[in-house]
Amino acid sequence: MKLNERSVAHYATCDSPPDKTGFLFKKGERNTAYHRRWFVLKGNMLFYFEERDSREPIGVIVLEGCTVELCESVEEFAFAIKFDCAKARVYKLAAENQAAMESWVKALSRASFDYMRLVVKELERQLEEIQDAAGAGGQQARPNSRENGVAWSKPPSATANGSAEAAPSCVTWDGCTDAGTVSGCAGDGGRAPPVPPRRLGASLESPVSPDTACFSKLHDWYGREVEELRVQWLQSQ
Amino acid sequence: MRFNEKELVCLSRQPSEMAAELGMRGPKKGDVVKRRLVKLVVNFLFYFRIDEEEPIGALLLEQCRVEREDSQTFSIAFLDEAERKYLFECDSEEQCKEWTDSIIKASYEFMRRNLIFYRTEIHRLTGKDPLEQYGISDETRFQVNSGSQLMARDTSSL
Repeated sequence: MKLNERSVAHYATCDSPPDKTGFLFKKGERNTAYHRRWFVLKGNMLFYFEERDSREPIGVIVLEGCTVELCESVEEFAFAIKFDCAKARVYKLAAENQAAMESWVKALSRASFDYMRLVVKELERQLEEIQDAAGAGGQQARPNSRENGVAWSKPPSATANGSAEAAPSCVTWDGCTDAGTVSGCAGDGGRAPPVPPRRLGASLESPVSPDTACFSKLHDWYGREVEELRVQWLQSQ
Repeated sequence: MRFNEKELVCLSRQPSEMAAELGMRGPKKGDVVKRRLVKLVVNFLFYFRIDEEEPIGALLLEQCRVEREDSQTFSIAFLDEAERKYLFECDSEEQCKEWTDSIIKASYEFMRRNLIFYRTEIHRLTGKDPLEQYGISDETRFQVNSGSQLMARDTSSL
């Protein structure tokens, strides 16, 4: 399968800030030796470079849908990235000390697009509640969609979706990444339409994740996973 | 550059609300429009030959620009090669708009900016950091001032 590799490699080294960087030991696929590599986590992509100052990554691990576990290994401070997919490769990594290992496990466990999307949705909901409480009417603050490194060839039209409701500063954006959402603001005092339920048949109802109706609960679940790993590690000492 | 292809193919099978047959043309000179099943899953755009199970390819939708080319056509170009455009032909203006809206939002970096915006705004209105109750205030990915982070710095202990 093709991938836009050049652009993906560019994403690795461009000036968007990484979520985490550091040296880790990575176990080879066939050669079972661990090699020290420079890792860069950006979003749901984990890049690895031969050296800290290498221009291009050797490779990338797409982290979406993965789980991170401690693993039994001769190597100390080892953990594994696993996928719920047939014949998936298990990526074995090892950190240089306990703090680094915990930190990486935590960062990687929450690196998915899905997780980020949930947090954004939750904050969007909170902001709407606050704004509603403060009284509807008047323009609601919206982020400037031009700042996302994305430009329109023509200036965005205020009449989104061909509907008659013109929204002043509402540029085809409502902060929700669900594609099924009606974008744009409603005409009645600027309140955005209610967010539709999460994508149908979404993997969030899968065995690895609890019901997501309550963000707190889901967040606790993510946190618990990390806590459990921590306890496991401490017990193994 | 190596990548975990099997897992990516697996990802392409996830349910998605944005999947449709569109005309697609690659960025190379001489590429022609071909009918493809185009499917948006998280920040990837997969494309399949019609009725095939495995995608031919995937585009990571970070650092890209989506533009309307005309009423029914949009393009995706990546910032490192801005002249090379992938073209997509839709069946209607409405469909075209739906796709462009969705693709713009299908970027991790886009979501991060939104999050920072919401976080700042909620803090401004309430004096409280909304992430604190979840214990994730300090996570790098949610930081407002992460622009000053240097690439080469070893943040492994953060």
